[in-house]
Amino acid sequence: MNTAVIVFPGSNCDRDLAVALEQVTGRKPHRVWHRDTKLPDGIDFIGVPGGFSYGDYLRSGAMAARSPIMRAVTDAAGRGVPVIGICNGFQVLTEAGLLPGALMRNARLSFVCREVPLRVENSQSLFTSQYEAGEKIAFPVAHHDGNYQADEATLDRLEGEGRVAFRYLDEVNGSARNIAGILNDSGNVLGLMPHPERVIEPAHGGTDGRRLFEGLLETVNA
Amino acid sequence: MKARVFITLKNGVLDPQGKAIHHALEGLGFAGINDVRAGKLIELDLAEGTSDGDIEDMCRKLLANTVIENFRIERLEDA
Repeated sequence: MNTAVIVFPGSNCDRDLAVALEQVTGRKPHRVWHRDTKLPDGIDFIGVPGGFSYGDYLRSGAMAARSPIMRAVTDAAGRGVPVIGICNGFQVLTEAGLLPGALMRNARLSFVCREVPLRVENSQSLFTSQYEAGEKIAFPVAHHDGNYQADEATLDRLEGEGRVAFRYLDEVNGSARNIAGILNDSGNVLGLMPHPERVIEPAHGGTDGRRLFEGLLETVNA
Repeated sequence: MKARVFITLKNGVLDPQGKAIHHALEGLGFAGINDVRAGKLIELDLAEGTSDGDIEDMCRKLLANTVIENFRIERLEDA
């Protein structure tokens, strides 16, 4: 699997994501700079990493979503290339219009940095095929703006179409219906606040995140 | 030509920042505050002839996130 990790000024989880992808796929991802206008040829998967792109100016993810490379990412997503946005990457994908809703300041204003229990709500997606439906897993979170909000009609649609991929088991940041991660309508774009790339090997304190990338690898290679 | 864009959270959208400001004001002894909502003010210095439509486009494409925010444009007379 040929992968790309997008790097914005202020990204800080791009290396973690690149290491996770290399461990799972056996190939070094391409690191693609925000000013680039094209992705390398033959990319099978794109990761938009966590961090504080552009210092969270204006709104988290707002500037990154309008950077030159995001046009290429949007085109690739439209062609069905799987795209994952983690943490700031999730904020970037909502700001870019690839996912519905918005991520607002945590309801209690505090930065949340801890491991959180999650439930896998949809185990049929490109990203979650290695999990059982309803399985309880744990990923770390580290964010200030993870409070997912959308209007009721959008939330009902997400729920009805199986597009809520992960849900917090406890209240974490005020997110509507405890939503932690969502899919786009074609199922090839996933955005989530928790960090699967930080639980890849036992030394991380858990390996629940590894199966996300392994499942993706299996689907892409199939 | 100058214009100001006021960006505010839509009604019903929780504003934790506004709530914190509210509590801080009460902590300072100010009474009678019913609610506080925080927003943004963006000042634009624009070429003559920039149309209202152009400014609205800027708001929709970048300055405001219309999922959660409203915007209001105010043109300033040249001083």
